[in-house]
This record gives sequence, structure tokens and C-alpha cells, in this order.
Amino acid sequence: MAQLNREEEWAALMRAAIGGDAAAYRGLLESLTHSLRAATRRGFAQFGAAMNDVEDVVQETLLAIHLKRHTWDPSQPLGPWVRAIARHKLIDALRRRGRRLEVPIETVLDFLPAEEQRSDLDRQDAQRLIKELNGRQQTIVRSISIEGKSIRDVAENLGMNEGAVRVALHRGLKALAAIHRRGDEK
Amino acid sequence: MKTDELIAALAADAQSVERPIGRTLVLAVVGGAVGAAILFALVLGMRPDVATAVTTLRFDFKFVITLSLLASAFGLVWNLARPGAIPVGWLLALAAVPVLLAIGSVAEMLAVSPADWGQRLAGHNAFMCMILIPMLSAIPFAAALLALRQGAPSHPMLAGAVAGLVAAGIGATLYGTHCPDDSPFFVATWYVIAAGFMAMLGAAIGERFLRW
Repeated sequence: MAQLNREEEWAALMRAAIGGDAAAYRGLLESLTHSLRAATRRGFAQFGAAMNDVEDVVQETLLAIHLKRHTWDPSQPLGPWVRAIARHKLIDALRRRGRRLEVPIETVLDFLPAEEQRSDLDRQDAQRLIKELNGRQQTIVRSISIEGKSIRDVAENLGMNEGAVRVALHRGLKALAAIHRRGDEK
Repeated sequence: MKTDELIAALAADAQSVERPIGRTLVLAVVGGAVGAAILFALVLGMRPDVATAVTTLRFDFKFVITLSLLASAFGLVWNLARPGAIPVGWLLALAAVPVLLAIGSVAEMLAVSPADWGQRLAGHNAFMCMILIPMLSAIPFAAALLALRQGAPSHPMLAGAVAGLVAAGIGATLYGTHCPDDSPFFVATWYVIAAGFMAMLGAAIGERFLRW
């Protein structure tokens, strides 16, 4: 029952988010992050991968959810769609780390009781990723994420219009996802 | 960057949502089909006796095959563009196309004396068939792959292969109105080789180009 209510809540939040509601979107991503973190930890544990990259995979999964949210069918529940993305990114991450995937991974990603486990090992790696963005994108992504500024503030500081900041932010996030992905080929 | 900080950036980018993937795919395939039809009209055109050909069973059966390939491959790729499991129903629908073609071939075996089988199979221009179907498929193929790149296929190689079959379905439907050979033997051989080529090309491209 709780599972069902959560599904409905998630789907409602995502519909609002796709309609442009940033607050609903933020709430949804925060809620999903708890489940993603727990599931990624379980996946890493099962395949004996080092836990210090968990947050990196969680972030890559969140980026994929963000950039691919137009592939979710609003008439469907959100959970299975999120799980499929999480599974895809977890497999990529484990492959990148040279794990052979012989155990069916579905069992790992069942998403049930998500205990909150914070990880503070995330900062260093992601800082490195952000540094690979080009100048303007780096400034904008950094201001809005790490410094917590609003788009309007950033636009004022940089003497740009808000539309241009939005475009640069979106491109920066796309570039960040590509930088994550490039790790696969190394 | 902490995960909370990333979420702040993602929420700030809430308005950037793209067109729903299903609509993107429909636009790509319809647009690609229109492009292929224009190319076909300019370069090939329908065969001269098309008005009488449509009254024959063999001619019509070609389009039962090519259009069911197009419909089932499109239904499959529409689902494969999204993350998730392979939709078994659509996969079975696609698998029914070669079964249908096999049934048509058996009917042809019963209808035609074995002495004529070789000539029915070889047809008039088997070589042109294998060249022209991929040529007519090229525009919808490129359009479908570009659309799929906007998607998030859990199986990039399969999605690419099925995009190849969608394109082949369009190319073969157009070519079928030009081609003078209507025997199911001919279709089961040369059309299948052309479609298989498009599927393999799609798989090879999809494996790299459709990763996300």
C-alpha cells in the first residue's frame, strides 16, 4: 500500500515537474535519491565494488533521469522507469570497474525500504568532473549547484539574460552526463 | 559537488524538457517516409502495369509483408526507445512477419510447378532489389536513428536493428510498387536479404551511436 501511494506521489510530482514546476521536481529528485543510493549500494556490495564511487553513480543516474525524462510515459507509474535507468547506469558503472555481471541484477534493484545512508565521499570526484566543463558552463553550473544561486542572480552577475543562462545550464548538464559516460570507455 | 547540489542544478533546469519521445519517433518516421517517397517518385516511380497488378494476389501479398514489417517494427522500436524490458508482444508481432512469408512461400510451392520455382526465385532484377531497398531506406533510417538518440534505449543494439527494419519496411513498400517480381519466393529471398542488411547496419550503428 505504501509502495502504491509512493508510486502515485512520484508520478504526480514528475507530471508537475514536466509542466515546469521546479519545487515539485526538486522534491521528487530528493525522494528518488534515497532509493537510488540504497539500491546502488546494494548493487556495489553484491559485486564487491568499492563503495567510494556509489555517489558518483547516483549522480550519473540522476543526470540520466533528468536528461531523459521525456521518455517517461505520464500514463505509466514512474518507479519501473526509474529502476530501468538505475539498472542501466549501475551495469555501466560496474562494467567500467571491470566486474563481470553473471548474477541477475534485477534482484538488486528492488527499491524496497530505502534506509537513508549519506555518503560524504562524493565531493572530490564530482569536483573533478565539473572542472572538465568549458568556462562559461562551468561557472554557471557551479554557481547554481555548489553556490546555490538562482538563475536570476547568475544572469545578473554575468551580465547575461536569463534565457541564455538557462541554455548554458542545460548544455552544461548534458556535458556533465557525457563526461560521466566517457568514463565507460576508459 | 554533493548530490544535493546537483539536484539544485537539475531543478533549476526543470523547464528544459524535450518533446515526448513517442512523438519524436512518429515525426521522424513519417518525415523519413515522405522523403523516401519523394526520392522514389523522382528516381524510380511505380511500374507501368500497377493498375492491373493490384488486382493480383501475389502483388498484394508483397504489401501484406512489407506493411506488417513496418507496423510491427515501429511498434517495437516505439517501446525500445524507452528504458525498460523488451516488449514481448511486439517482438512476437515482428516474428510473425517471416512466418507469414513462409506460409506464402508454401502456398506458392503448391500453386507453381517445381520446374518454374527457379525462375520465380531469380526474378527479373534481384540485384537491383537488394540495392534499391537499402537506398530507399536511407532517409527514414537516418531519421529514426537520430530520433532514437533522443531516447534512452536499454538495448541500443536491438533498438538500432529494429530502426533498420522500420526503414526497410518503408523502402520495401515503395520498391514493391516498382518491382516487377511478385512471387513470395522472390520476396522471401531478396527482400529479406535487403531488410537483414538494414537490420545489421542498424545494430552496428546502434551499439555505439545509441548509448546514453
